[in-house]
Amino acid sequence: MATATALRTAPRRTPWGPLRAAAITVVCLVIVAPVVWMVAAAFKTNVQVTDPTVGLVFSPTLDNFRNVLADGEILRSMGNSAIVGVVSTALAAVIAVPAAWAVGRFAMHRTGSLVLVARIVPAISLLVPWYYLFAQIGLVGSYTVLVLSHMFVAVPLILWIMIGFFEGLPVELEEAARTDGLSAFGAFLRIALPLAAPGTATAAVLAFISSWNNFMFALILSDEDTKTMPVTLFTFISYASTDWGGLMAAATLMTVPVLLAAVFGQKYLVAGLTAGATKG
Amino acid sequence: MSTTSPDLATGPLTVSPGGKRPKTFEQQNRRLRWLMLAPALGFVGVMIVFPLLFTLNLSLTDAFGAVNSGRRYLGLQNFADALGDTRRFWPALGRTAVFTIGAVVLETVLGLAIAMLMRKAFTGARLVRTILMVPLLATPVAIGILWLLILDPTNGIANHLLAGVGLPRQEFLGSVSQSLYVLVLLDVWQWTPMMAILLLAGLSTLPEEPEEAALVDGASAWQRFRFVVLPMLSTTLFTALILRAVDALKTFDILYATKGAGGGSDFEVETLNVYAYGLTFDYQEYGLAAAVLVLFTLVIIGVVLVLRRRSGRVS
Repeated sequence: MATATALRTAPRRTPWGPLRAAAITVVCLVIVAPVVWMVAAAFKTNVQVTDPTVGLVFSPTLDNFRNVLADGEILRSMGNSAIVGVVSTALAAVIAVPAAWAVGRFAMHRTGSLVLVARIVPAISLLVPWYYLFAQIGLVGSYTVLVLSHMFVAVPLILWIMIGFFEGLPVELEEAARTDGLSAFGAFLRIALPLAAPGTATAAVLAFISSWNNFMFALILSDEDTKTMPVTLFTFISYASTDWGGLMAAATLMTVPVLLAAVFGQKYLVAGLTAGATKG
Repeated sequence: MSTTSPDLATGPLTVSPGGKRPKTFEQQNRRLRWLMLAPALGFVGVMIVFPLLFTLNLSLTDAFGAVNSGRRYLGLQNFADALGDTRRFWPALGRTAVFTIGAVVLETVLGLAIAMLMRKAFTGARLVRTILMVPLLATPVAIGILWLLILDPTNGIANHLLAGVGLPRQEFLGSVSQSLYVLVLLDVWQWTPMMAILLLAGLSTLPEEPEEAALVDGASAWQRFRFVVLPMLSTTLFTALILRAVDALKTFDILYATKGAGGGSDFEVETLNVYAYGLTFDYQEYGLAAAVLVLFTLVIIGVVLVLRRRSGRVS
């Protein structure tokens, strides 16, 4: 790294330093400003929301949140999103993590990439057959169907991330465990799995977020009682298109958990997001 | 991996049952790895193979209304209808191309620029990286609704800001001619950071020596970027490009959230995905919709193959 540092700190009298800082600042502002605007609007009265001269200085009100939460529907659909997200992520991890270990340890990339077909196919072409199939067995609108459809997104996602993590674990540890009398499966269970726990946690958080954000599957496969948050938010816009404050409060409520995950898990989430792509 | 002593095949969860000849490690692993893969492969297979065959079958029929009602086989009539439809199908394909190419090109160029900006360590890098994650993790439907507020032609802050610098008022998503381009920009806002994160990760794995050599040889900053960094980065670049292109082709949430089910009054943002969705769930023209989806899937596969081929040639 000595040479690297030398290259990076080589004194060059150019105006790039301040320029670079300015450019990075602009990028950050462009990214953050709309989200700040959303959160601010959630605390404004409806008159203030639709008055563009009201910027970020105003006396905040909690009325929007109160109204939205009093309705009960938002809370119920947040609960649905949480249930579907947790269950689908957990089940997906149970089947995808061992598969990722097999692909990573035995270099079965051809087999692993089969699962990527799931990412290429347009989701709508699966929805009609799923709807048909699940309608036959009377499951449309149930949590089961939502969990299965969200697992369909989570399994390839977790598999893709975890292959990279298992490849990064030194195989010697598992080999040592085997010479100590563990079976290959035992070595996976007691050595590889605990070592891959941070990666699994990252993959699980990303899978949960993708479930939390998923719109299309729940739009078709959920019913009044099992509606998830994005669907509720969308129906909200058609019923109450003028209640911008309420809409922004609801949008803030569903975005905040994800933003907190980004803030606290930044390092791990970046590692997870890039694990598949840079090794592919 | 070379230890194959049968004595060791007696772990707590050994695959070989008592009585049979104990298996070697290689044999045990061969079976084990398939056992470990089976649930995931099985799940994805069941969820995908039956639906694809079902869709393929539907595309050959006149299925309409209830999916399970009687249907007649039409041969390739639906495909002929779709490919002969210059009113909805071809414009939708064109919009898909405009949206995907516009978004992916802008995202790649800007993402690469941001990644290069952030390449050298600086104070606050952690904060900036956290900020970069915000748009790609935030809920697309919430993002769509947020931009509806910002871009509202009369009450939105966007026009207020434009007026502030002396630019004329825009209709944005209220306009037939602007909507698609506005949505390209929204996609750029949401996914450029993802591109930057992937490319930054790619940059961080590159060796320093070739660049130092180029520096010693007197190559300019642009030459070092163009002839040293870019070729080394091409694998990451094309992987990111393929991931992004596939998702851009299939964009749905934000189009639906901002312009409603039909892609606007004049179908102005009706991409192939939105068109297929409308045919399926609004008009229940299952046969034709299935044909459109088959064609759409072929387009996506084509794009992936072309990009992969191109990436192979570069790297």
